Amino acid sequence: MTNISATTAIEHAAGATRVAKRKSPTARGRLPVLILFLPPALLLFTIFVIMPMGEAAWYSLYRWDGYGLPEQFVGLRNFEVLFKNGAFLTALKNNFLIIVVSLLLQIPLAIWLATMLANRITGVVVFRLIFFLPYVLADVAAGLIWRFVYDGDYGLFAAVAGFLGVETPYVLADKDLAIYAVLAVVVWKYFGFHMMLFIAGLQSLDKSVLEAAEIDGATGWQKFRFVTLPLLGSTLRLSVFFAVVGSLQLFDMIMPLTGGGPFNSTQTMVTFLYNFGVTRMQVGLGSAVGVVLFVICVTLAFSYKRIFMRHD
Amino acid sequence: MTETRTAIRMSAGTKIYLYVSLTIIAAIVVVPLLTTALGGFKTLGDLRVNPFGLPAEWQWSNYTDILFGERYWRQMMNSLIIATLTVFLTVSVAAMAAFTFAHVKFFGATFLLNYFLIGLMFPAATAILPLFIRIRDLGLLNSYWGVVLPQVAFGLGMSILLFRNYFRNLPEELFQAAFVDGCGYLRFFWHITLPLSRPIIATVAIVSFVASWNSYILPLIMLNSESIYPWPLGIMVYRGEFGTEWQLVLAFITLTILPTIIVFFLAQKHIIAGLTAGAVKS
Repeated sequence: MTNISATTAIEHAAGATRVAKRKSPTARGRLPVLILFLPPALLLFTIFVIMPMGEAAWYSLYRWDGYGLPEQFVGLRNFEVLFKNGAFLTALKNNFLIIVVSLLLQIPLAIWLATMLANRITGVVVFRLIFFLPYVLADVAAGLIWRFVYDGDYGLFAAVAGFLGVETPYVLADKDLAIYAVLAVVVWKYFGFHMMLFIAGLQSLDKSVLEAAEIDGATGWQKFRFVTLPLLGSTLRLSVFFAVVGSLQLFDMIMPLTGGGPFNSTQTMVTFLYNFGVTRMQVGLGSAVGVVLFVICVTLAFSYKRIFMRHD
Repeated sequence: MTETRTAIRMSAGTKIYLYVSLTIIAAIVVVPLLTTALGGFKTLGDLRVNPFGLPAEWQWSNYTDILFGERYWRQMMNSLIIATLTVFLTVSVAAMAAFTFAHVKFFGATFLLNYFLIGLMFPAATAILPLFIRIRDLGLLNSYWGVVLPQVAFGLGMSILLFRNYFRNLPEELFQAAFVDGCGYLRFFWHITLPLSRPIIATVAIVSFVASWNSYILPLIMLNSESIYPWPLGIMVYRGEFGTEWQLVLAFITLTILPTIIVFFLAQKHIIAGLTAGAVKS
């Protein structure tokens, strides 16, 4: 019965709209739904996202320990201090390095694995699962596990070094090596996510184009370089976007691995914010870091949209 | 499909190359996880001489002491409560807002939608200090809500976008039919939109659950008593306490990530689809 009434209603509605020239039959009860449905999201978002961001810009102009009201106006001093601070400059450099490694190492690795695993070979599901597994683990857990792997006394690195008969490297305690050790964990944790994006991209490709290329005698590499890769454009842009955004906010994984040390060599912008702004309650300085990060994120988002997303 | 044909045509050489590469990478992923789980069964001395192999003697007590203690369960409970509240609030608040964007025409709708989309552009870390001060002034410091509310707020941009795109693709006829039959917005939302939107509800729920379950920086800043720490904080405290007694730390890590791994293998299709679709569809 409901079926019949539904279909007649659809016909009826179609007729009604034709007659009423799309004067929507929806006007009734518009106000209550707006009053009921919009404010919860609007309030939450304004109070916990937009206002704190505005306040960060405001506080960044003050020297303040977070109690009472910010009164000691210092202008742009906090930013000046920031850009003269060695640890912060290292943090900026590290964030940049993480982006570069994500783009030059992680994404090619993900594409390579995706081209293998988009085929229907035996065991494909198992491999996909294994590669995706690190992505669902918490950054903190991944960081701790690798802290053990890298441990010079008990970890896997110690064992491998012992086996090879070389001196045990304490990678996380070495200020020149530590950041590379962190980068390896970043790639370990996130390549599977990017691989999944590319597998989805590859599977939605039009197979006939590849077949045409094959008939024309293209080799495997040529097919990949001139057909597959250009067609993966939108997936690639998406993957790059996530890699960059993720790299900029890296924090959870660094804390268990190095906490930003040794000698601040593995600080990122967010660990710097935490170590110098939050733990010392330097609200002004910490907010200034937030503002810098915000400006970088927004600039990237807009220029990225302008340059790359035009066609999507 | 073409894949089967490719599979047949694949030469032995290609096959070897394929499986060798895949196996090496898989080993790099799995070995750290496996040695972590096994390490939890060893004594410290055993771990030192033999981190890769099977335990010389299986130290079940490393695991059972944690399992019979109260600490592990309390942290899991805290994480579960925070994640459940976050998912419930995110889904209901975002779905309601998205519904108005999808179906109700009102002045300033586009502007408001763009307002929410600002939230997609920057991470919570950028505003973490003012957020801390806000939560403190609201008296929510050291409470579940102090973590839940900011988490929900920062998840809103993405969730509203996902819901709105999905709602808009529901057949228009349904909508018109319902309204001609005298169905109001509220009943339409409850009886028609929501039941038809199970896939997208699942996606948003999975994304926000995983994010909350794994979240570290917000609880780190908002909570200060161990009794309400979620597990990522708890595990760091545990590691701080037991320092270099790696066998205990490894057992603790294994037990804390175990639920994630079990759920992942049980619901892999939904989780992978949810987490990647969440990224793609927005």
